[in-house]
Order: sequence, then C-alpha cells, then structure tokens
Amino acid sequence: MVQRVTYSLDFEKPMLELEHKIEELKGLANKEGLDFNEEISRLQSRLKKLEEETLAHLTPWQKVQLARHPNRPKSLTLVHLIFDDFLPLHGDRLYSEDQAIIGGLARIEEERVVFIGHQKGESIKDNLSRNFGMAHPEGYRKAHRLMNLAEKLHRPILTFIDTPGAYPGIEAEERGQAEAIAANLERMSQLQVPILVIIIGEGGSGGALGIGVGDRILMLENAVYSVITPEGCAAILWKNQEKVEEAAKALRLTSQDLFNLGLIDEIIPEPRGGAHKDPEQTALNIKERIIKHLEELKKISPTEVVEKRYKKYRGIGKFKRG
Amino acid sequence: MGWLERTYNKIKRGKKTIDIPDGLWTRCTGCGQTVYNKNLKENLKVCPECGYHFYLGAEERIEITLDKDSFVEYDSKVNSGDPLSFPGYKEKLIKGEEKTGLDEAAVIGEGEIGGKPIVIGVTDFGFMGGSMGSVVGERITITTEKAIDKRRPLLIISGSGGGARMQEGVISLMQMAKTSAAIAELKKQGLLYISLLTNPTMGGVMASFASRGDIIIAEPGALLGFAGPRVIKQTIKQQTPEGFQRSEFLLEHGIIDMVVERGKIRSTLIKILDFALS
Repeated sequence: MVQRVTYSLDFEKPMLELEHKIEELKGLANKEGLDFNEEISRLQSRLKKLEEETLAHLTPWQKVQLARHPNRPKSLTLVHLIFDDFLPLHGDRLYSEDQAIIGGLARIEEERVVFIGHQKGESIKDNLSRNFGMAHPEGYRKAHRLMNLAEKLHRPILTFIDTPGAYPGIEAEERGQAEAIAANLERMSQLQVPILVIIIGEGGSGGALGIGVGDRILMLENAVYSVITPEGCAAILWKNQEKVEEAAKALRLTSQDLFNLGLIDEIIPEPRGGAHKDPEQTALNIKERIIKHLEELKKISPTEVVEKRYKKYRGIGKFKRG
Repeated sequence: MGWLERTYNKIKRGKKTIDIPDGLWTRCTGCGQTVYNKNLKENLKVCPECGYHFYLGAEERIEITLDKDSFVEYDSKVNSGDPLSFPGYKEKLIKGEEKTGLDEAAVIGEGEIGGKPIVIGVTDFGFMGGSMGSVVGERITITTEKAIDKRRPLLIISGSGGGARMQEGVISLMQMAKTSAAIAELKKQGLLYISLLTNPTMGGVMASFASRGDIIIAEPGALLGFAGPRVIKQTIKQQTPEGFQRSEFLLEHGIIDMVVERGKIRSTLIKILDFALS
C-alpha cells in the first residue's frame, strides 16, 4: 500500500487544527498524567460546533473540492471494501488497455455483477498510468466489451463514476473519442440486464455518461455531476476564473440539486466531513444501497428493463409547451 | 408550402446569416478574397475562389438538400424554458431567435430527396452554437421516432459546435443518452441513418447521435471532434497539428465515410437512398 499524503482543503483546515490540538492534549495528558479533561471537552464542543456550521453550509464549489479530494476513496478502494470477490478483466481487444477505466467480475454477497468504473490514481505515479481517471476511447471500448459480456451472462452491471472527463488529447481524437462514448450510450440503452450507476466522486460530462446510462442513478452526498467543469463554465461565460464559485452554483451539480431536478434516484449519505474521513463507512453505505437496488431491479424482466429505461430517458427534458 | 411562406416572412423580417453580411461583397474567411455575394449565393455559399464552405442556416440547408416544396415541418410543441434560471440564458435564447429566425437550434420534419421519402433533422450553428438542450434533444428524438413509425431513412445534418448546452446543465447531458436511445432503436428496426456533419460539430452532439450514422458524410474543412481545440491545447500544452479535427483528418482516421463538397451532397444522398430503398 502506498503511503498516502494527507491533503486538506481550505475549509477543512480550522477543523483539522482543532482535531490536532485535541489529540495533542490527549497525548500530553497520557504522557504527563495530567488532567486536561475540561480543556479537551471545551475544544471538542468547539469542534462540533465548527463542524456543524461548516458542513451544513457547504457551497457547491466546496462540494466540487470534496468530490475531487485527493484522499477521497476511489473505485478500487471501494471495490475491495464492498465486494467479496473481484476478478479484473483488461483490454478493449482493439488497441490497448486503458487503466483509467477498470472492470471485471464481482461478487457482493449472493449477487454477481459485472463492475465497470473510472479509476483515478492514488499517487502521482499511479495517476500518470491512470491518466488522472480520464479515459481514452479504448477505455470506453473496454467498458463496451464488458457490457456485452454482462448481457451474455445475464448479470447486472454496476458502474462507479469518478472522472474529470474523457481525455481531451490528440490521440483520443484520432481514435474517435466521441464515437466511443456515443456507441456506449446506444449500447447501454439496449442492454437487457439491469444497470446500476453510482457517482462516487466527480461526474465529468460525456466522459462520465459514457459508462453512466442506467436504470437507477445514485450519488454519494458530496459527489458532483456536471455538463462542464465550473472552471470551463467560468472561462466561457465570464472569461474569468474568479467566477468559478458562481459557475459551480449556476450549473446545479450537487447531489441535492440533481435529486431535486429528478435526474438521480437516491443520495447516499457520507460520513461526517466527507467520504475521505471514513472510507469503510462510505463503502458500507454504498454496499447497502447496491444490495437494495439490485434486489429490486432483478425482479424486472429483460425486455421490460429495456422498455423502462427507454421511457425514463425519453422523458428527460424541461420545456415550455408551445 | 406553409413552411416556405413562413421562411419568406422571416427573411422579410430581416433575417441575418452569420458569415455573410448584408451588402454586395463578402470577404472570404478561407482565402481573404472579396467575393460578390450573388456569386456566393449561386454557389451554395461556397467560395468560388478557394472552396471555403460558409455557414448555412437550417432552413437554407433544407432548401438545398430536399426536393423543392417537399418539406413538411414537424411541430414538436416544445420551446425552451430556463429550467436552472441560468445567468444570461433567456437573453441568449432571444439572441438566437433574432440571429436565425428560428425558435430553437433544431428544425425537424420530413420530405423527399430525389423522390425518395426521408425524415430529417437539422441543427443550426447560428442558434447558440447549435447546442443541445431539452428542446434540441426532444426534437431529434421525435424525428428519429417518426422515422421509425414511417419506416423511412433518417438524415440528421449537424451544425452543433456548442455540444451539450451548458445553460441546462445535466439536463442537456441527458439529451445525449435520450437521442442515442432513439438512434439505437432506429438501427434495431433495420432503418438507415445518415449523418451529415457540418462546420462545426463538437462535444456532446458529436459524442451522441452525430458520430453514429450508418453512413457519415462531412463537408470539407469542417471542425469536428469531441474536445474543443482550445481545451486540447491547454491540456497538452502544445500546438495541435495542421488540419487537426478537420473533416479530412477524420476521414484519414477512419471516423467518417467521406468528405463531400456542398454541391455534390444532394447527388451523393440520392445515390445512397437509391441503394438503400427498393
């Protein structure tokens, strides 16, 4: 296991400082045999108050930062915590193996699913080989292959979304990035097995949707899902990076926003302070939902599941009737 | 006929096109030469000097593609709202209307090409970059479903440099899934889908219906791709190669079937439809 560097966001710092102070005092009390109980409980209540104030009022931009938090549990971390068994499969059979998207055969209690997920890196080195979770066409084509396999074996598909977006590079364009994503959208609309999609971190536009068409869409509380990054939006709209907070708000990219718009089915709660504070608890929360939704989706027949999915997407859109 | 009358009314109201200003002469974007507007119009808005393909609005596009008077527009019964109360969106919609004379970035309907009945959808770059929000997604889906109902080939002409429309957030993103589902159904039913790509078509439109024609045709020199050239330059921190993301580049990389100049598109479509229809 790589030693992970602890990384803190600006709004986390005052809370982390208090946490450290409390730990220090506890240590000192143990070592010196002194009684700091009163001081410790005073700090603890201050911490609690600070947490309540900060965490209850996270802005959309702060949620974007949480969703991108380097210590946030990523697909593989969750895979190992959630699944009882996981057999990774590799390659698109056409060009290459793209490590920005992982996939394979997974068992979760009695359920067997084909898993597909974006994979961000845990370190700089890991991120370089995983391209920061930004897939090339071969990643989407590997996913496509695994979807076909799932249908053949009559197993549901579970996907984890966590990507800044599909990779914007020369080779990606040369190999048909747009076509690779579009082909998946078509394929996912016709798959005769249930598809459960969970946005665990960053849902970056078409690159997220490329493995994100499903019968149920769930989102971790602090995950975000957006048609464009707030940075990109601010650059286009205001030609100004300082407007990034405003852009994050305007895009309605938080789980609560998307739930209110009827675009996702359920919000999965995160441990206090965010998923990175307690990956084990996060995994447990996700696991519980996976089992519940698979249980429900399993009851739908293969033809009905396709019909229902078509109707669901057919109905998405907000207009003025003219 | 109803549709044609409407078009003419709009022209009288002072419809403006983008690359071609009012007046007698136009400076060509491609070669910088000054071209007589009358010649340009007669040449389907292709520069007679260098072959640069100027912007064509959806209505002009339909006019030069379909048989005379054969087009019947579908009424989608939907117009754009502002579901996210997004800053400046309402103003942009009005601007798009003024610029194109259209009520949204897509026009749909049916008609004939060389006497062959088809169903058609056209997106117009002049209206918010031809970007896809709820209305464009709904219209492309309706027209695809009409093709299924009527068992006719589907032709979609894209001019959608704006991709998925930012101002409707994830609702726009989901239009990619919605239109793709309709296209997948059309293909499953054994019907032909021809995609004609025009300058520019990018992002969410390219990553959904536009890049998935059974046959894909592009006009020469069109900018076509997933990520915008500026985003790519920023990411890779170097210049993109000459001709990158242009039609000819896509042809070379196996992404499209052919690059066809505007004057030959109609005859090419007739050949394909002749082959496909008995």
